[in-house]
Amino acid sequence: MSNYLLFSIIVLYLASLFVIAFLAEKNAKSKWVNNSVVYTLSLGVYCTAWTYYGSIGIAANSGVNFLPIYLGPVIAAPLWIVLLRKIIRISKQHKISSIADFLSLRYGNNRFLGALVTVVCLLGIVPYISLQLKAVSETFQLLSDDSSYVSTTVYDDSTFYIAVLLAVFATFFGTQTTDASEKHKGIVMTVAIESVLKLVFFICVGAYVTYVLFDGTGDIYKKMAEAPNFSALTSVNGFENGFIWLYTILLSFFAIFLLPRQFQVSVVENVRSKHLKNAIWMFPLYLLLFNVFVIFVAWAGNLNIGIPDQAEYYALLLPLQNGNTFLASLVFLGGLSAVISMVVVSTLALSVMVSNNLVIPYGFLDRFIQNHPERNAKYIKNIRRISIFSIIIIAYAFYVNFSYELSLYSIGLIAFVIIAQLAPSFFVGLFWNRGSSKGAIIGIIAGFAITFYTLILPFSIQAFTGSNEFVENGFLGIESLKPHALLGIDFLSPPTHAFFWSMLANGFCYLLFSLLYKGNYRERNYAEMFVDSRNYSDLQDGALVWKGEAYVAEIKKVLNKFLGEERTERALSLFFRKYNLAPDTQMADARLINFSEKLLTGSIGSASAKILIASVVKEEEVSLIEVLKILEESKETISRNKLLREKSEELTQLTSKLKEANVELVEKDKQKDEFLDTVAHELKTPITGIRAATELLMSESDEMPSDLRSQFLKNMMQDSDRLSRLIHNILDFEKLSKGRADLNIAKFNIRDTILKAIQNLEPIAAKKQVSIINSNNSDLFAEYDEDRILQVLTNLVSNAIKFCRSEEGEIVLDYKFEKGFLQVTVKDNGSGIPKQDIPHIFDKFYQSKNQNIIKPEGSGLGLAISKTIIENHKGEIWVKNNKKSGVTFGFQLPFK
Amino acid sequence: MKKIVIVDDEPNIVMTLEYTFKKQNFEVYIARDGSEALEILKTVIPNVILLDVMMPKVDGYQTLKIVKENNKLKDTKVVFLTAKNKASDIEKGLKLGADKYLTKPFSVKKIVSEINELISS
Repeated sequence: MSNYLLFSIIVLYLASLFVIAFLAEKNAKSKWVNNSVVYTLSLGVYCTAWTYYGSIGIAANSGVNFLPIYLGPVIAAPLWIVLLRKIIRISKQHKISSIADFLSLRYGNNRFLGALVTVVCLLGIVPYISLQLKAVSETFQLLSDDSSYVSTTVYDDSTFYIAVLLAVFATFFGTQTTDASEKHKGIVMTVAIESVLKLVFFICVGAYVTYVLFDGTGDIYKKMAEAPNFSALTSVNGFENGFIWLYTILLSFFAIFLLPRQFQVSVVENVRSKHLKNAIWMFPLYLLLFNVFVIFVAWAGNLNIGIPDQAEYYALLLPLQNGNTFLASLVFLGGLSAVISMVVVSTLALSVMVSNNLVIPYGFLDRFIQNHPERNAKYIKNIRRISIFSIIIIAYAFYVNFSYELSLYSIGLIAFVIIAQLAPSFFVGLFWNRGSSKGAIIGIIAGFAITFYTLILPFSIQAFTGSNEFVENGFLGIESLKPHALLGIDFLSPPTHAFFWSMLANGFCYLLFSLLYKGNYRERNYAEMFVDSRNYSDLQDGALVWKGEAYVAEIKKVLNKFLGEERTERALSLFFRKYNLAPDTQMADARLINFSEKLLTGSIGSASAKILIASVVKEEEVSLIEVLKILEESKETISRNKLLREKSEELTQLTSKLKEANVELVEKDKQKDEFLDTVAHELKTPITGIRAATELLMSESDEMPSDLRSQFLKNMMQDSDRLSRLIHNILDFEKLSKGRADLNIAKFNIRDTILKAIQNLEPIAAKKQVSIINSNNSDLFAEYDEDRILQVLTNLVSNAIKFCRSEEGEIVLDYKFEKGFLQVTVKDNGSGIPKQDIPHIFDKFYQSKNQNIIKPEGSGLGLAISKTIIENHKGEIWVKNNKKSGVTFGFQLPFK
Repeated sequence: MKKIVIVDDEPNIVMTLEYTFKKQNFEVYIARDGSEALEILKTVIPNVILLDVMMPKVDGYQTLKIVKENNKLKDTKVVFLTAKNKASDIEKGLKLGADKYLTKPFSVKKIVSEINELISS
């Protein structure tokens, strides 16, 4: 492939990344950008060119030793739910934008610590970036057919242009806002997409090598088994190697938390901490998929190519060797993706650290105080932009001048060991509130010094002079100072050896100096907040203990310098409203100090924020005991407030319940009124009849024909009966519906009860020539109150008689046992019930509008009473019209 | 001859009223509810309608409304005779345009004098 074609592909690829990033920024709130899959894939920035090419190199030359680098993150992933969630919570609360800021804040806005962490990260990561560039350059050359062409100057080296393009990309999407704790969704989206591409392309080449070039995994294994060094390549050798594995796993465990790019994507760019829930299983899966084919590609390379020096590029060489340029280009693009995401995210993270923890706190603060806010924002952005370019240029320079001799794997591991120096102060500091800034600083320096002596120095000397003298003989020829075998420990590989000793020294110093020198009150204050983050997140701005004098106006002035007047006003008015403070408050309290520091932290880092705010306030020293007391008190206040809030919520609930109850009562009252009205009306009707008839009989008995007189007398008797029936039913209904009527539950045979009911009603039915049939004759014992059920049956049957036409009427009673219930039905062939009446038929005093029954029969309470009786038995009553004619009433009682 | 339409769904009450007004030389028409009454009123223009309120199908209020809309019945007096005796009920009845509002239970004598007074006025 020609150079130009290849370069145009690269430019095209980068252009599409630009577009993707741009679209993601534009749709920053879309669910396509904010989800756990994108989050997990962005964590895939862990897999760099080192993974893409380096793992295969290791697998080819020393077997399964490439694996522990992935086992660490796999082990770490389940712990994220606790650990990373805590880190994310703290970082969001304090607007932390980098690991340097995180550590600086944990140890009381310590400026020096922030700077130290930044330097350590730079030393670890810049060579790492240069190795990435090296990978691009070398794979570029492998793929291009101009192998005779060797670049002589920077200007015609394609890698230089790629590096510049990456810098432009990172600058454009990385410095949109001055607040570095803001999300960079464009960059995250491209990283996520690159993670997909690099994985897919890698699996493609893996599958191609395994299934096209060879006959499956078994084939490769069989052929490889004949190789002389086979067993060495497939096993973990002995005790020493076990240690190497252990330390490498630990190393990568630390790296997944501490690498600046990992901190950037996993903490700073985290949109919602619940995305972790999916990430903890998806990310290990991602790493697993990435490693499936590593060993087979490596072996295939050993078998078909067999040049150990070129082992790192087997994935590219194997398709090339077989003339498959297309696949080789995909592999190249996959590797390029890995490089781009690593370089962009790393430089972004580093540039924020450089600006917020190195440049601004150590030089630009005074200038900022005098400057105009817009110029400040521009300055801050420019510092970051220059940092990004400088980091990439330095990395490029490093690559051009030094790194020809270095392998991806070794530089990667050196970077890990350097970054691991942050581990003690980071991890222990999260759980041990005594950890102090002095301990952290001394620990990191000590650890780094040892790493320098045991790893970086010998590595550099070897790489640049080619001499092994230093390693062989040690410093000044002292045996126990041999850099790869300090105090005679010579069984570890150089990186794990350096890791072991540096961690030992680092951890020891950290613990010792933390115990010896307590931090000042601010440090202890932040230590409490970090260690007990869940507890203090309730306190919010109140978690900072601060005593002193400060004017709101002065603080406002400082904020104005960085946020501009508009944003400052907005932020402060929100703050005043949140804490119910008067907008013209003069003196600032601890909460405002904390709030203001947080506002500034995103832009200029926590150390600078503290220095700036401190410059306009008169701060008093607070003793440690006081800090703890105040914190304790505020915690109590919070819990008291919580209690109060709960109580008031309870009261609100109670009030609304009372209101509901009142509404219910009013409704009940209304119902009762209506009921009484109806009762009165019903009672008055027969009385009216009696009253009028009596009057007529008294005054006109002489003239009245005798048959009419006896009719009136009969009416009077009928009305009296109706009246007494009504009174009885009303009382009965009241008793039943208030639950005051005790049921005499006993075991009865339903057949006997039904027969009794029929017997009682037989005379009335006979009068109307209606027949009553009991269609079932089997014994069925159930438990119920017989008198009451008899009452229900009598009611239903006499209703049925009422609605049947005489001579044709037929009433059928039936019963059965079904689904744990005793079911009884009363079916007639009368006129049926109009549809609109069915829902109301069991209401008290409900009378069908179409009822043509001659009054005064019934009290209007029969069905209501029946329903109440059945419900008191915990049963159910219903009615439905028959298909042909008439209606069926039925009820069921739970069967015991 | 004076004509009266008695509208009530209680046969025993109706019977006493029928007897009373017949003795007073009224031509008596009987309806068990509003719809029967309206049927009768198509052919008969009575001097007075004695109207119960709570009845099936068409109740007293509805019946009154229809009667009031009928121009032929503009001279017909309408008297409510009902057990509903709350002040609000009475007010409602009179507002709808009833000429008198009498409550149950009633004295036969009083009914007669009230009706006669109404007709002669």
